[in-house]
Amino acid sequence: MLGKLTWAAIPFDQPIVMIASGTVGLAIVGLLGLITVKGWWPYLWREWITSVDHKRIGVMYVLLALVMLVRGFADAIMMRSQLALAAGGAQGFLPPEHYNQIFSAHGTIMIFFVAMPFVVGLMNFALPLQLGVRDVAFPVLNSVSFWLTAAGVLLVNMSLVVGEFARTGWLAYPPLSEIAYSPGVGVDYYLWSLQISGLGTLLSGINLTTTILKLRAPGMGYTRMPIFCWTALASNLLIVAAFPILTATFAMLLLDRYLDFHFFTNDAGGNPMMYINLIWAWGHPEVYILILPAFGVFSEVVATFSGKPLFGYRSMVLATMVICVLSFMVWLHHFFTMGAGANVNAFFGIMTMIIAVPTGVKVFNWLFTLYGGRIRFTVPVYWALGFMVTFVIGGMTGVLMAIPPADFVLHNSLFLVAHFHNVAIGGVVFGVLAGYTYWFPKAFGFTLDERLGKAIFWCWFIGFYLAFMPLYVLGLMGATRRMQHYPEMGWQPLMLVALAGAVLIFFGIALTVVQLVVSIRTRDQRRDLTGDPWNGRTLEWSIPSPPPPWNFGLLPQVEGTDVYWAMKQVSSGTRSNAAGDAYQPIHMPRNNPTGFFVAFFAVILGFALIWHIWWMAIAGLLGEVTVGLVQAWRTNGEIEISAEEIAMAEKALVAREVAA
Amino acid sequence: MNVAHQAFGSSPEIPLSMQGPAPTSVVVGFGFWLFLLSDIIIFAALFAAYAVLSGETAGGPNGTELFDKGHVLLETACLLASSFTCGLGSLAVQRRDMQWTFVWMAATFILGAAFLTFEASEFSAMLTAGAAPSRSAFLSAFFTLVGTHGLHVTIGLFWLLVMMVQIMTLGFRPMVRRRLFCFSLFWHALDIVWIGVFTIVYLGAS
Amino acid sequence: MTLAAASVLLASCGEGVLDPHGPVGKAERVILYNATAIMLAVVVPVILLTAVFAYWFRADNTRAKYLPDWEYSGSIEMIVWSIPALVVLFLGGIAWVGSHELDPPKTIESAIAPVDVEVISLDWKWLFIYPAEGIASLNRLVVPAGVPLRFRLTSASVMNSFFVPQLGSQIYTMPGMTTRLNLQADRAGSYSGLSAQFSGEGFSDMRFELLAVPADQFEAWAKTVKTRGSALNAAAFATLVRPSKADRPETYAYVAPDLFEAVSSGRVVEDSSSHLEK
Repeated sequence: MLGKLTWAAIPFDQPIVMIASGTVGLAIVGLLGLITVKGWWPYLWREWITSVDHKRIGVMYVLLALVMLVRGFADAIMMRSQLALAAGGAQGFLPPEHYNQIFSAHGTIMIFFVAMPFVVGLMNFALPLQLGVRDVAFPVLNSVSFWLTAAGVLLVNMSLVVGEFARTGWLAYPPLSEIAYSPGVGVDYYLWSLQISGLGTLLSGINLTTTILKLRAPGMGYTRMPIFCWTALASNLLIVAAFPILTATFAMLLLDRYLDFHFFTNDAGGNPMMYINLIWAWGHPEVYILILPAFGVFSEVVATFSGKPLFGYRSMVLATMVICVLSFMVWLHHFFTMGAGANVNAFFGIMTMIIAVPTGVKVFNWLFTLYGGRIRFTVPVYWALGFMVTFVIGGMTGVLMAIPPADFVLHNSLFLVAHFHNVAIGGVVFGVLAGYTYWFPKAFGFTLDERLGKAIFWCWFIGFYLAFMPLYVLGLMGATRRMQHYPEMGWQPLMLVALAGAVLIFFGIALTVVQLVVSIRTRDQRRDLTGDPWNGRTLEWSIPSPPPPWNFGLLPQVEGTDVYWAMKQVSSGTRSNAAGDAYQPIHMPRNNPTGFFVAFFAVILGFALIWHIWWMAIAGLLGEVTVGLVQAWRTNGEIEISAEEIAMAEKALVAREVAA
Repeated sequence: MNVAHQAFGSSPEIPLSMQGPAPTSVVVGFGFWLFLLSDIIIFAALFAAYAVLSGETAGGPNGTELFDKGHVLLETACLLASSFTCGLGSLAVQRRDMQWTFVWMAATFILGAAFLTFEASEFSAMLTAGAAPSRSAFLSAFFTLVGTHGLHVTIGLFWLLVMMVQIMTLGFRPMVRRRLFCFSLFWHALDIVWIGVFTIVYLGAS
Repeated sequence: MTLAAASVLLASCGEGVLDPHGPVGKAERVILYNATAIMLAVVVPVILLTAVFAYWFRADNTRAKYLPDWEYSGSIEMIVWSIPALVVLFLGGIAWVGSHELDPPKTIESAIAPVDVEVISLDWKWLFIYPAEGIASLNRLVVPAGVPLRFRLTSASVMNSFFVPQLGSQIYTMPGMTTRLNLQADRAGSYSGLSAQFSGEGFSDMRFELLAVPADQFEAWAKTVKTRGSALNAAAFATLVRPSKADRPETYAYVAPDLFEAVSSGRVVEDSSSHLEK
């Protein structure tokens, strides 16, 4: 009746899990209760849950990412604590069966449910605004993508309470992830939640690629797009090309586990090495999917706050697209030690180094954007400078490991762990936090508290170095990754320093929450009434904060790069419709619950498949089909906003700024 | 070419990239092309797996023993013919000719269903002969690659049925025509994938 | 802070990868140092320039020249593409040459004949078979110092990675596959070995000792094992295959013929039902 699901699935005998899930459960119940009592459901349903507005969806993605950052970080601090304790003969407080789930969950959550949603959220929010258009290409699909990601989040978090998570590491290599060595539901939770959210990501990639290539303001040819749009284009092209590989590979592993197929099994001719090749053929483009938009954020931030155009725009575009293409030709550097032979290893090593060339070009171009500027040290600039210093170190250690014989002694060590955190934190995290701070006023109409923002930066910056520099050293001393204890007492002091760094980062994350609360409380002191709090250069700063649902009353006519900056040099500063052009009625998509219901049935389907509850799986599938059919017959998908309404709204917004 | 001039401020001197947001039909078509490309990459991964595992028969039957060329020829004929009828159906849609649209779509459906029937009989014959996917890595790869194509055809047939009902209930409005265009792209793409399948899997086995 | 970092780094020189005791590890250390030095020559100036530019061009520095329209310079572009390209060219050469010279299957040049060792990774222990001597050892790898070691490796369960940091390269062990590795311990000593590819619950306990002894002591040890160890026949191997961790070192006087071949070709399949017990 309920497949493999029994009461034994809930880990009543594990106090840490029970306390954690209990607390989170209470918090969720409390939050839902509060919303009900205050009568906020209609507002939330209308304005957020069923919204197909890219701005709202972008905000929801970022919120999801921040919440999951807390979960992923909880895993991290448990890992650091365990390793700080488990030296010599000590076993620490997390036995292997738990520790192995924790590091697997940590990696899975940070990549798929923190970094990806954050990056996708920022792209969602900013792209149509920078391109001078009203929404993305497929607004309803956009909502579906977000909610599918949320469905994946829900499933991963359910694994904490009902069942277990994978104990295989974040990429679940076979044969360890096959049913013979992982008979529990952990790997199934991993696979289904990632298949579901992966579909959302793929649809988002299609959506945003189409938006960038087919929906731009008149006059905005490709070489007049903001640089963030170019990096977003490269990132989304990579999503469209790489995520299907992940889908196919996970499907093969699922077939092995569920239907006794033999893609990667030890017997009947299966080939685990093929999984490793396929998964990294996705995996390497994935890291560029994450870093390229971060590079884009830094390009915008450095240019804006230096008061200068980005140095070498065309060079940056070329470098971005070269990175995009090359990212598909380096995957083997993740397993030089699998024994492919000298020629193959050397080829991939050299290709990996070649990617460092356009990346290096970008760093130099940022440097020369700073040169000759009038740099204002706002919080986004702190993140940008911190990134420039930190990322080059991570890049250096990456190029070091791209030399196969060097990798032979560093592969899978804590040196590797330090390297990828170096680029992930120094690059992706710093980038999304910069983007968050930079675009926050556009989304909400007031800036975040600056002082707290700087404190958050220093916590992350110093915390990162304390947490990961010791890991470089430990890796050189022979420490491998994923170990739950170690006999070498001499390693413990370094582990303690790393723990201190993690604690500092914890303060950074805590302060982020504090900053949000404080900023909301004191928002009147930092209202953005002009829509242009940073003296920006690109189109998103030419419209009010927050923008009206249609973004632009009239689509701007674009004549060069840094469109808004050029407009400001010419006109006196008033933006809205100075020429007095007549407004046209605008068709905007209506709210749509499709996304929410697609995700609802996806959770049912996923949970059912994990626990082998076949009738529930069929119900979930039928639910999906029904939702699809209802959407197919939806004929009132758009609402027309009259020209008068737009004119009145725009006039009111202008009046508000003039009064400021 | 006509499509380009429907955009904002169209004039032959302004490059397409600067003419402002493209019309909905272009946007939808382009987005669907991207989706098809991503689908083809799924197939590419499955083809790669098949290529790696095609020799791993684990002592069990191999392709030469299992595949019946005549059968495959029949399947191919059905699928290619269904692509042809689908094309004729697209022309009928352009003419807004409801009757002939239905005729050609029904023919497409029947031919597609025939393809699936032949394929199902091939699979069941293999299963009863003990050549199941759990027998060897080669068979796992075969069933997955060919089966995924068959699954796409099945979904396509379901989609076709839905489209026929949509034409009946909603007529040839732009939304329905865009979806029919996407369907035909999908159907032709499946044809192309099938050509890959029968070349690499069935012809490659001799 | 830099002093602390430097001293900590120096501490790592006393063990592990930066303190190699064999030709492979030594060659790899040279590559690590050279490549790092080359890259620091670019990275350090970049970091310094970032700090200098940020400081000098801060908004309230009226002495700095504001160039609001300066966004391109052909000569700078050329330099900016050339510097990384040159570094990559150089490092690429190191990568090509190094990959070939230090290719794991490449035998170590020596006047002395190599000793063959067959390695099987199990859950969660290491079995070392000496085909020439006809003996085997569990979790302790005794080898003659100064003699090339020729490894053939496989796994009886999941993927692992055979790694002795102070001797150099690691290599994966994979079920149904044979990988090859060549190492040498120049001096006698005890070296820590581990698995560097996560393999499950007992992974952290997959430590082994590589004990390098003078060549004559190695002969003596092999003879002793031959007279006193137990028999590694099919039944004994089946016991080994069952999951266990932190196994004490053990030796075997007799090894079933072709045991390594059987395991590496996937013929001896472990009793996978034992993994279903939680």
